[in-house]
Amino acid sequence: MTTLTKTEDSPAPTGPESFLSVRDLKVRFSTEDGIVKAVDGLSFDVERGKTLGIVGESGSGKSVTNLTVLGLHNPLSSTVEGEILLDGQDLVTAAEKDMERLRGNKMAMIFQDPLTALSPYYTVGRQLSEPYMKHTGASKKEAKDRAVQMLEKVGIPQPRTRFDDYPHQFSGGMRQRAVIAMALMCDPELLIADEPTTALDVTVQAQILDLLRDLQQEFGSAIIFITHDLGVIANMADDLLVMYAGRAVERGTTKEVLGRPTHPYTWGLLSSMPRLDGDINEELMPIPGSPPSLLNPPSGCPFHPRCAYTDQVAGNLCADSRPTLAPGRAAACHLTAEQKQTIFIDKIQPRLR
Amino acid sequence: MSENLTLPAQQGSTGNPSSAETLLSVEGLTKHFPIYGGFPIKRKVGAVQAVDGVDLTVGVGESLGLVGESGCGKSTTGRLITRLLEPTGGRITYKGQDITHARRRQLAPVRSEIQMIFQDPYSSLNPRQTVGSIIKSPMEVNGIDPAGGREKKVRELLELVGLNPEHYNRFPHEFSGGQRQRIGVARALALNPKLIVADEPVSALDVSIQAQVVNLLKKVQDELGIAFLFIAHDLAVVRHFSHRVAVMYLGKVVEVGDRESIYNGPRHPYTHALLSAVPEVKVADEGEGEGEGRERIRLYGDVPSPIMPPSGCRFRTRCWKAQDKCATEEPPLVQISGNRDGHLTACHFPEGPTTESRGEDVVLDPALKALEKSAEKD
Repeated sequence: MTTLTKTEDSPAPTGPESFLSVRDLKVRFSTEDGIVKAVDGLSFDVERGKTLGIVGESGSGKSVTNLTVLGLHNPLSSTVEGEILLDGQDLVTAAEKDMERLRGNKMAMIFQDPLTALSPYYTVGRQLSEPYMKHTGASKKEAKDRAVQMLEKVGIPQPRTRFDDYPHQFSGGMRQRAVIAMALMCDPELLIADEPTTALDVTVQAQILDLLRDLQQEFGSAIIFITHDLGVIANMADDLLVMYAGRAVERGTTKEVLGRPTHPYTWGLLSSMPRLDGDINEELMPIPGSPPSLLNPPSGCPFHPRCAYTDQVAGNLCADSRPTLAPGRAAACHLTAEQKQTIFIDKIQPRLR
Repeated sequence: MSENLTLPAQQGSTGNPSSAETLLSVEGLTKHFPIYGGFPIKRKVGAVQAVDGVDLTVGVGESLGLVGESGCGKSTTGRLITRLLEPTGGRITYKGQDITHARRRQLAPVRSEIQMIFQDPYSSLNPRQTVGSIIKSPMEVNGIDPAGGREKKVRELLELVGLNPEHYNRFPHEFSGGQRQRIGVARALALNPKLIVADEPVSALDVSIQAQVVNLLKKVQDELGIAFLFIAHDLAVVRHFSHRVAVMYLGKVVEVGDRESIYNGPRHPYTHALLSAVPEVKVADEGEGEGEGRERIRLYGDVPSPIMPPSGCRFRTRCWKAQDKCATEEPPLVQISGNRDGHLTACHFPEGPTTESRGEDVVLDPALKALEKSAEKD
């Protein structure tokens, strides 16, 4: 076990194909109460045509990370350190003008709440075609054709008449479809979906998830999919990043992380989730306590006040030193590999079957 | 297929033969919210048929889960039962007493036995009152003086729900979401209720906190023997908590039964669709083929408006088995042959009692179908 290391700037394998790579990202907000370390040394990669899932509870920094990638954070109240490389171009130091050129064009975002993501003042069609005209210099007619085509693709009936409708004339599921169509207008190579189905009903959620997956196959864009729902992520993501208190605590392919999780927080998430096929009499095992305040995060491992296995680590390592996240498939935890295996097989796995 | 239908022993009641005593029974409960329009004199131009003929029973100490999508009337049903809303029609019977249109004075003793837990722990607690006075006020209103005084009782309640009794004088803003929901539970328990209507008590909470509150409610139910009407949209949570489950769609109960038969042998197509839409964590990583076995059904569009619900069976506009009969005749909520006692389904053409995957997926969404077809061609 390595001792105190300040950051987890361990360079994850930078394959030639990694399209977006985030290195040691730190985002801080200064507030009246002090400095909030919303993201604290985060590194990840996304490949073309792949989906990276980011899971974590509210306040774990997952949304802030992605707003920063898009350059949508408030530059007056926040400081950003680290590196965000999109196709070789650093976005942290990029000028606002360059960001404008990329946003909505090379990278796009699907927001959580489709009602607030659409302006009630303009027709859906206008909101769809405007960025396309701006980025490609297309005429109004070309933009309309493109918008109608996209609306049809995402399954909105009679797209030509619906083009002139206002958002309030759409139902919840249709609005989210329109928002997806808007994100896809310029064929973005990176798509960030921030809890795109949280506001929807299950049957509609299932439609939207299938739609996103099929559209990705067709367009081949890289997707960052943020959610707190492990079930959704299991169905969507190739790779998975588990975040806690502004840091990545576990990384790997979705199969690895959900099938053989190695971080106590991931264990906690999995065993606190009720399942449709689990044993009914098995009581849920919640994580005790509540997420830490980012104003004053715990020393050492941020999860240690809620962790049930700190007594298995020699000395006071969990409270004193922050565990690092090794490159590749890894978890930021002081437990040894054997300990993790024993705990997983004895205590966690029986609950998941 | 109608010859398969057998009428239940008692028409109109969704009785659960296994539970000895019925605490609450609801028959044909209806709530229509009027819509006014027109100028210059506003007239009633229509009605939102939020709840339209719901039959339910809750036994003593039993937990009934009520599931459905947003806008299906499950919260309205909860509010009608607690009489926070005045029913348009139907009958609510609590312990044999008809409380459908009971007056305030008649209701007072009943209200102390039926308590409610609300969805949003942020807006359901008065920010200007201390935790102590929030939990104490139901006792004050009802003039109850427990042995040892009210404050002692409040401290006991705080301890029961897993909060520190020292927090008696704190304000709600000093607590996190999960802790606030515990305060809500303590308030509901203050009067020793017989029935608690819990309206989405955990949906505003984070996953790890959600499990804490579900476990707390379960503990409360097991130890104090309180009956629950557990309203939620999360099928996995409901499965964990409820003895029986009722599935609602557009103001009607389409299927009701004990937990086993609803989750393992659903008959109504909507229940099938709902269960197949729940995203599941597949942990099987050694190619055991687990998790592959569930059917896949993708409905088209959203729930229709309750202002003008479809004729006949309300689900027919999104159903893959719909025929002419479904548009003209409303299916009654009856026990289909082969189902367990108390498992009632309102469908003319029920599905087989299994959630295993079928030969072909049911995909009703034209855009999805087109995309999947083009993917197959590649």
